[in-house]
Amino acid sequence: MPTPDPTQRLLAGPPLDGNPERLDAHLTRLGALPSADNHLDLISSLEASGLLGRGGAGFPVGRKWRALAERKSGTAVVVVNGAEGEPASAKDRILMAHRPHLVVDGASLAAEAVGADEIIFYVGREHAAAVAAMGRAIDERRAEVRQAMRLVTAPVGYVAGEASAAVHYLNSGDARPTTTPPRVSSSGVHGRPTLLQNVESLAYAALIARFGDRWYRSAGRLDSRGTALITVSGAARRPGVMEIELGTTVGEIAAAAGTTAPRVQAVVLGGYFGTWARVDDAWGLPLDPDAMKPKGLTFGCGIVGLLPTELCGVSATAEIMAFMATESAGQCGPCVFGLRAIGAATHRVANGAAGGGELGDIERWVSQIPGRGACRHPDGAMQLMASALEVFGDEFIHHARTGRCSITGSRGEAA
Amino acid sequence: MEARLRVDWIRCDGYGLCGDFVPEVIDLDEWRYPIIDPRPIDGELLHAAQRAVDCCPMKALILESAPSESRRRR
Repeated sequence: MPTPDPTQRLLAGPPLDGNPERLDAHLTRLGALPSADNHLDLISSLEASGLLGRGGAGFPVGRKWRALAERKSGTAVVVVNGAEGEPASAKDRILMAHRPHLVVDGASLAAEAVGADEIIFYVGREHAAAVAAMGRAIDERRAEVRQAMRLVTAPVGYVAGEASAAVHYLNSGDARPTTTPPRVSSSGVHGRPTLLQNVESLAYAALIARFGDRWYRSAGRLDSRGTALITVSGAARRPGVMEIELGTTVGEIAAAAGTTAPRVQAVVLGGYFGTWARVDDAWGLPLDPDAMKPKGLTFGCGIVGLLPTELCGVSATAEIMAFMATESAGQCGPCVFGLRAIGAATHRVANGAAGGGELGDIERWVSQIPGRGACRHPDGAMQLMASALEVFGDEFIHHARTGRCSITGSRGEAA
Repeated sequence: MEARLRVDWIRCDGYGLCGDFVPEVIDLDEWRYPIIDPRPIDGELLHAAQRAVDCCPMKALILESAPSESRRRR
């Protein structure tokens, strides 16, 4: 028998062929879930593991559970976040569609650990295979899990998975963010303390409960320990979801996805709220949250988007900005008007139709818009835009001055 | 006492009166949404800031004593 690859943890087991792992197979492979009686031990173990939330913000999972477990009053609710509205990401839906019982395991452990009597699985409704797999897994576990469990499909939309938006939807059917404070941890679903956690984070918690924090920490090349799911897209022969040891370089990931540096011009990391990096800077970069942070880069939800050499980074950025503007929840002025304006200005530059003031305006908006919204959607969009100005700065200027693209040679990409 | 102005962005509709009341603290963008100087306010400006809060048609401007929650977070 071949030695199992120690970096394949969530994705170990049956192939990712569209079929969910059934409960009996899950139990045979991983054993029963340890009892959660000593929930403070589990929280300590999660803290020791160093596991960070994988929804995008990267908040330490153990610390989040402890803060909720040590609250003064109220019965908590657990919201399992599988909305996955980020268009470049597929790892959550792949996980839910193939390893649904790991997600249920993690959710029930979280509920026991923080003292919750209800678990809500919030799964993006466009992820049909994930919805079906989670629905069946929840039904198979009702007799055993002590909490009430229900599946709620999340509306399509980038912002629907944001914490306050998810809670708002569960409370009132409106998936738009709300003003914080109060935070969902103190006043969430039904106004009760709420633990909202991404599906991948919960699945890892289920493995850490079985095998321990030292096992989790045995993977990882640099300071950040453990493994993570990522989604590779763009200029690769084999794009898709992978599980990597933290600290694996972008170049190694690209090689595994079937591409080489000369085919790639730049890499978008983290997500549409993330950052662009030049291929020369990105190739040797370890995907490690601790190593990325000081460079102003973000691990986010594990996006590695490879921009091919033959495409224009200005146009790619314009498309992302147009998407981010469309996906504004439409509540906060600086996001509604600012993102629309920056999307239009970037589009004019990309298409060789700039009137002269665009680059100055874009730079000003990049500094003015962040921090001026109920959620961080505009902040994320501006982070991506700021990195685009750095990475594709010369090309932005070339487009604005000449009306032409030096990569495609065209005047007006969209024409 | 030191205080800071904070905006409830969901409520704010860009009337921009606040920027007219305390231009020393509140700049307005081209859509008349406020851009607030993050430094704490005291003395004379506190009165003007309170007047801006009172006159906001959407009740979207909040004066809170410093340090604000956002400062503690960082």
